[in-house]
Amino acid sequence: MNSYVIIGNGVAAVGCIEGIRSVDKDGNITVISEENHAVYCRPLISYYLEHKTDLTHMNYRDEHFYENMGCEVIYGKKAVQIDSKQKQVLLDDGTALPYTSVCIATGSSPFVPPFEGLNTVEQCYSFMTLDDTLALEKAIHQDANVLIVGAGLIGLKCAEGLHGRVKSITVCDLADRVLSSILDTECAAIMQRHLEANDIQFLLGDTAVKFDKNTAFMKSGKQVSFDILVLAVGVRANTALVKDLGGEVNRGIIVNTKMETSIPDLFAAGDCTEGEDISYGQKRVLAILPNAYMQGHTAGVNMAGGNAQFDNAIPMNSIGFFGLHAMTAGSYDGEVYEEKTDCKLKRLFTKENRLIGFILIGETERAGIYTSLIREQTPLDSINFEMLRAVATTAAFSPENRRKKFGGVV
Amino acid sequence: MKRVYVNEEWCLGCHLCEYNCAFANSGMKDMATALKGKTIYPRIHIEETDNISYAVSCRHCTDPICVKSCIAGAISKVDGVVHIDKEKCVGCLTCVLVCPYGALAPGETGIMQKCELCLQNTCGEPACVKGCPNHAIVYEERGDAE
Repeated sequence: MNSYVIIGNGVAAVGCIEGIRSVDKDGNITVISEENHAVYCRPLISYYLEHKTDLTHMNYRDEHFYENMGCEVIYGKKAVQIDSKQKQVLLDDGTALPYTSVCIATGSSPFVPPFEGLNTVEQCYSFMTLDDTLALEKAIHQDANVLIVGAGLIGLKCAEGLHGRVKSITVCDLADRVLSSILDTECAAIMQRHLEANDIQFLLGDTAVKFDKNTAFMKSGKQVSFDILVLAVGVRANTALVKDLGGEVNRGIIVNTKMETSIPDLFAAGDCTEGEDISYGQKRVLAILPNAYMQGHTAGVNMAGGNAQFDNAIPMNSIGFFGLHAMTAGSYDGEVYEEKTDCKLKRLFTKENRLIGFILIGETERAGIYTSLIREQTPLDSINFEMLRAVATTAAFSPENRRKKFGGVV
Repeated sequence: MKRVYVNEEWCLGCHLCEYNCAFANSGMKDMATALKGKTIYPRIHIEETDNISYAVSCRHCTDPICVKSCIAGAISKVDGVVHIDKEKCVGCLTCVLVCPYGALAPGETGIMQKCELCLQNTCGEPACVKGCPNHAIVYEERGDAE
């Protein structure tokens, strides 16, 4: 009987479990969970602070999930080494778990730059895990001034979550704009205006260089007083287990479309990996939830002897703040089609007869039709792209294509 | 499994399916009280151009990407029907970002909704099909891969 070991207990791990069980109903599955929680929805931690969800509803799967899937979960332990010769995973308590194959789904960790004086800050938090969130929630109060370092997805969702529960929120970032990993200057400005209208203050193109207790000393020379500090500078993929074995690692663990690493019987999935981004034509870390699930599922099927490929990964994000939604996908290269008004914007990027990326702000209806064009690399001369770029509609497809989409089982 | 299909050659573009859908899911007994003077949030919508029209609703895909992409674990497939747990949904719109058919949209409260074949409401069978005046929308079995 096969023994599968899954290192990590997030969404990629669930994908892997469900992938394995779609092929092999009997093999042993052991999940190693560093966090003392059953799998939960990490991206919901800001919604938790906003009271849009609660601990019960944040579960990613129901309470009988592991039992129904025939999995054993080891909580509160960390995998410290993989012995690829003896084929066993070693845990921090000395346990050795023999394996037929392993899925490394270790995710990422907050990156904390070596700020001078950071150890003098008493109320300093990260915003990645449920435990981070519960600790932050304990610390906040109505009179608290919060400084968030990092105006990316994590920092800004944290700001939204804290809104109304603290006195003031200031976000700083070395980048000159918000959400710099997914938005250009003009698009970022729209989101920033909207956030500012909701009382979030910004210090951009500026960042903390030094801390002394409740004061941040900024690069610009400004000083910012705060009661609570949240560090959301960025994340790093947890790659050590593969790196230590001499396996191929860049910013993430390198995987192919079957989610195999460069080391036999070791698979990897989720935020710790770097796989092909078809909109970009190169490997990239795509740290998004859908990707984690699909990679995990692909890994699981292949670990159990099936044959699955995940060969159409692209970056894609749906992110909203205070009612204003932005959706982005793919790469921003090639020719641009643009429509904009004060608070709405649409940009479609085309290259070599393909849609390769988009940014939509304010108007996001049926955006998945655009996303599918990127993922399926649909030739634009096979559809009525003039109609489609004005409005996302399947009416722009050929009658045969529509018959396929709507006339049968898909 | 039975699904909702539309024959675009027969669709008149009358939008009645949208009203029947909104009514069936309103939980009310009288159509006028349920819909009159209100913005409706149907789970089926008409796509139309100068020369064609057809109704679009959830395809209940064999391998639904919305289920895999939902950041709240709120979408699942139960007995072939793709279902949204409204208590879990936070309205992040990731499902809108990934659905190739444009079949999901937020309801009045911002929580997502989509066609669930009227199996959970009092109609008991798809109201869009029942009320389609030209029988363009049908509810039937068509070669299942599952």
